[in-house]
Amino acid sequence: MSTVATSATAASRAGRSGSLAWLAVPALVIFTGFGLIPLAGVLVLSFTSWDGLGDIGFTGLDSWRAVLADPQLPHALWVTFLVMAASWAVQTPASILLGTFLAGDQRYRAFLSVLYFIPLLLSSAAIAITYKALLDPNFGLGAGLGIPLLVQDWLGEPVLAFSVVIFVVSWQFIPFHALIYQGGVRQIPRSMYEAAELDGAGRVRKFFSITLPQLKYTIITSSTLMVVGSLTFFDLIFVLTAGGPGDTTRVLALDMYKRGFQANLMGPASAIAVILVLVGLVLALLLRRLGGRDAAHSQLEGA
Amino acid sequence: MQTTLTTRPKGAAARPPRHARHARRGPATGRRNWPAGLAGWLWLAVVIVPIYWIVITSFKSQSTYYATNPLVPSGEPTLRNYQLVIESDFPLYFLNSLITTVGAVVPAVVISFMAAFAIVRGGSGRFLRSVNGLFLMGLAIPLQATIIPVYLIIIRLQLYDSLLALILPSIAFAIPLSVLVLSNFIRDVPRELFESMRMDGATEWMTLWRLAFPLTRPAVVTVSIYNALTIWNGFLLPLILTQSPDKRTLPLALWTFQGQYSVNVPAVLASVVLTTMPILLLYVVGRRQLVSGLTVGFSK
Repeated sequence: MSTVATSATAASRAGRSGSLAWLAVPALVIFTGFGLIPLAGVLVLSFTSWDGLGDIGFTGLDSWRAVLADPQLPHALWVTFLVMAASWAVQTPASILLGTFLAGDQRYRAFLSVLYFIPLLLSSAAIAITYKALLDPNFGLGAGLGIPLLVQDWLGEPVLAFSVVIFVVSWQFIPFHALIYQGGVRQIPRSMYEAAELDGAGRVRKFFSITLPQLKYTIITSSTLMVVGSLTFFDLIFVLTAGGPGDTTRVLALDMYKRGFQANLMGPASAIAVILVLVGLVLALLLRRLGGRDAAHSQLEGA
Repeated sequence: MQTTLTTRPKGAAARPPRHARHARRGPATGRRNWPAGLAGWLWLAVVIVPIYWIVITSFKSQSTYYATNPLVPSGEPTLRNYQLVIESDFPLYFLNSLITTVGAVVPAVVISFMAAFAIVRGGSGRFLRSVNGLFLMGLAIPLQATIIPVYLIIIRLQLYDSLLALILPSIAFAIPLSVLVLSNFIRDVPRELFESMRMDGATEWMTLWRLAFPLTRPAVVTVSIYNALTIWNGFLLPLILTQSPDKRTLPLALWTFQGQYSVNVPAVLASVVLTTMPILLLYVVGRRQLVSGLTVGFSK
């Protein structure tokens, strides 16, 4: 905190902002205490061994060696990447189409949107529990309807379980991204479409030549949120499959939890957490480079 | 995003997006678009069928559930499942969720508003610029990754297994986005209003509460709703930072209830319905605020 104190005095010397700076202090203190210190702490803890209860001992690179040598890590990274890529590939086209659809002024579309957003209100735990019951091979919907095609061991077969995770993620988050795209489409000037109509462009042509290019920055924003957000699909996967069957859906966040809070190996779990943070930062930077800006910056420029 | 956020008219942004404002925009042509309509209704089915199934099943007894078509409502609906859920201490879990949510959202929004005000009004100072930079960095980091040190800090503060253990990190995690969105809205308050307050001899503290706060109230509501929903539905913090049954919040209680009664599908689904009710009621009452709250700054 000493750095804060010195920079605060520096600011008050700078003049007007000094009388204001203290207003930011409460937020800064609590964000430092439960955001920044833990962020640094996770790096420090990755060089220690701790079982979650007893003393913390410095063990140098032991945790890192253990984690990096463990074949579990490349597997968890691969699963995380697959979940990210598959959920992006399913959600993005669906959200763009749905968002464009909802941007229309028709009454029934406004009515539909009211119902579309319901999944956004449910907790991931509630959604995961619902789908677990719905897909149960013995007690679920398929068994009750007696449709053999639906009676599968949905969460017990690796490929099926992975597909279910992607489906449930999409079910939960497509409405959110559709909402973002709806906002984006409504900002496209009507005159562009009118001009295209004069040139005889059809609906499909208008979509690909006007709507899609105009949505470029919306796509980058939505993709950033999707990709970085997919790193934190913890509760959904934890309740739905707990990483199973086997380790099929054991993403990084789940790997961190299982190592830390189930196997009581906080050191290696912290090393995984550091990797998680790094992956998140690298992805955010990559996407920002791709579009020349990210969500946070486009917001700032808009201000 | 560029167009949506750079062309926003000053002062108008504090209002939620109005349908009428967009009347001259977007690709609607008036001609009917059958394939799109069909796809729209199809997606509705994907969304609604599971929800419909949850609701009707929650009114079935366990024996009728196995004996009847799962998509047909029971001829003799029962409230037994709801009774079981309520007897399983769900009112207490509801109270825990309520205390945690209110206890985190109110301070989080108040201190974020103060910080946002300072950043907008005195943003040229080096201290406030770096504070702003820190909060922006917080947006890019998956804060869940910091859970192990948070756990350690909570233990050392002797707060483990208390609601305060959930409240403090929730406030911290809510700050970055709240400050970003609120400062965007405070920036839209016309500069002359601040000047005239200053001429009248008002302190910055009075300006904050008497001018900036009332003028940006819709944004405050939106940010509060977004944070409340995130915290209300939060699962990781209660899972890690609490232990005893009487400290459970609703999502965690749902999970343990499901573990206990996994064979009793109707009872599990009744717990889902019951815990979702409060939010659905809010949705019915304040849909527009809630929807804009869900996307905060992202879809203006």
